[in-house]
Amino acid sequence: MSTVFAVDHLSKSFGGLKVNHDLSIAMTEGERLALIGPNGAGKTTFVNLVTGRIPPSAGTVHLMGEDITRLGAVARVRRGLVRTFQVTRLFPDMTPEEHVVMAILQRQGHATRILARFHGNGAAMDEAADILATLGLTDVARRKVVEIAYGQQRLLEIAIAMAQRPKVLLLDEPAAGVPSSDTPLIERALERLPASLAVLMIEHDMDLVFRFARRVVVLAAGELIFQGLPADVARDEKVREAYLGSYAHAGR
Amino acid sequence: MVQAPAPSAAATPARSLGRDLAGFALIALAGLAGYWLFPDNLAFLTRVISVALLVLSLDLIVGYCGIASLGQAALYGAGAYAAGIACLNGVTEPFLLILIGAAAGAVTGLLMGTVMLRAHGLPQLVLSIAIVQLLHEAANKLAWLTGGSDGLAGMVPAPLFGLFEFDLWGRAAYLFGLGLLLVVFVALKLIVRSPFGMVCRGLKEDPLRISALGISAFPVLLRMFVISGAVAGAGGALGAIATQVVGLDSLSFELSANALVMLVLGGLGNLYGALIGTVVFMAVEHIVAAINPFHWMTLVGALLIAIVLFAPRGLSGTLDEAARILTRGQRRAGP
Repeated sequence: MSTVFAVDHLSKSFGGLKVNHDLSIAMTEGERLALIGPNGAGKTTFVNLVTGRIPPSAGTVHLMGEDITRLGAVARVRRGLVRTFQVTRLFPDMTPEEHVVMAILQRQGHATRILARFHGNGAAMDEAADILATLGLTDVARRKVVEIAYGQQRLLEIAIAMAQRPKVLLLDEPAAGVPSSDTPLIERALERLPASLAVLMIEHDMDLVFRFARRVVVLAAGELIFQGLPADVARDEKVREAYLGSYAHAGR
Repeated sequence: MVQAPAPSAAATPARSLGRDLAGFALIALAGLAGYWLFPDNLAFLTRVISVALLVLSLDLIVGYCGIASLGQAALYGAGAYAAGIACLNGVTEPFLLILIGAAAGAVTGLLMGTVMLRAHGLPQLVLSIAIVQLLHEAANKLAWLTGGSDGLAGMVPAPLFGLFEFDLWGRAAYLFGLGLLLVVFVALKLIVRSPFGMVCRGLKEDPLRISALGISAFPVLLRMFVISGAVAGAGGALGAIATQVVGLDSLSFELSANALVMLVLGGLGNLYGALIGTVVFMAVEHIVAAINPFHWMTLVGALLIAIVLFAPRGLSGTLDEAARILTRGQRRAGP
């Protein structure tokens, strides 16, 4: 299968501090990859490098064969590299429906039209209703976001990403802050993502990682210390030391 | 937990259309009431409309895009001077003068936006002050064009529709202004409801989320500056036509700051708030200044402090809240 997304020898230093060092990861179509690592491993920096919020010190980022290392965040999204946020970033006074419609309109190139009614695009409204129904958000589709539960807000982040029809989706801790009773909702939503979509998930919840990912990469102290199957990650000595060990001692 | 139906922007289209029509009718009625009730104050009321257009234009930038500006009079003054200069040079058709003012405001808005959008936060605010001060100084120095500190005077606009003179009583000017205000208000309602308007609201709340949707902020905000400039410029042109003078005060920091005070008073991000704030501020100014010309600002200051402390959403937000509580009470009392 063809590689849709790749970072090669990606590095980022802040002064003398190597926050990400020589990272190389490739993803194929339909991939389900999880990036894990203890706090301070450099995951946030990695996300910022990939999404184009900060420039790398060295290395390249490729999307669908195109070198996007020098492109800004907006240009990357337009080429199909879409992200969700670790802490939900939604518009408090807008409804889930409005969020999803905005994403659809942008995908169609109509998001900034002046001579149109936002709520008047029937096709976009229908598509938004479908997406929200898939994620079980129909009942809250027309409430303000501030009025809906946090778990639903996390689902809305995924709904927005689906409306954008990405080629590569970066899920930044999709279950963070969600009560464990609602985690199955997130899991079900992730299962329904299009099969051809390449998904990179950054997550702390190991249960979710093991159920979702078919491949795992482990980041520790800015370096990749493991790439392989979820079944092997727990057996890896370096990983246990850097990550799972600390988890076990945390008495989780 | 059972929640009451959310009172949100997601009201049905039919209901929001009904509300809009009621709103437009209310503005028209209030305007006509002013015409009948205060026939001796029409010049003042026309000035209120002219400034209301300025405050509306500021609401687009501050209320809808979240960009603080203390230089909005730059756009208003550009429109006023452009219309004044055009009128003194033989262009006397009032509709054309409004268009000239709007165009001058739009061009100034384009320039102002290009400069201001390079910065964020406090530096952006300082840039807005710098721009209005620069233009003020330029208008002061270019006396051959602008009349310098004396300003422009002696403009005689052609009669409205060739029939109604812009006379001493100001009837034609007032009705002309009221019509202009209504047209602009309807247009702005449509704009803030458009996809573009929604993206602006989104940019105000979370620019990072907008960029994650693949939308570039700069062209959107710049377009809003141009629209805002056109509205402010039309307001300035109306002032020039109605008073038949244009002075440096139309291009001042003081007017910019007052416009922001009026907007905060009325409520941000709500076009009705801009109108209510302007009317209340200028009415208080008019009445109190007549009683005590030196201390009227004290009262306005006290009023503003009260609003910010007790009604942070401004007068319009408070009215909105009151209406919601009243209708909820009704619903509960009803069958």
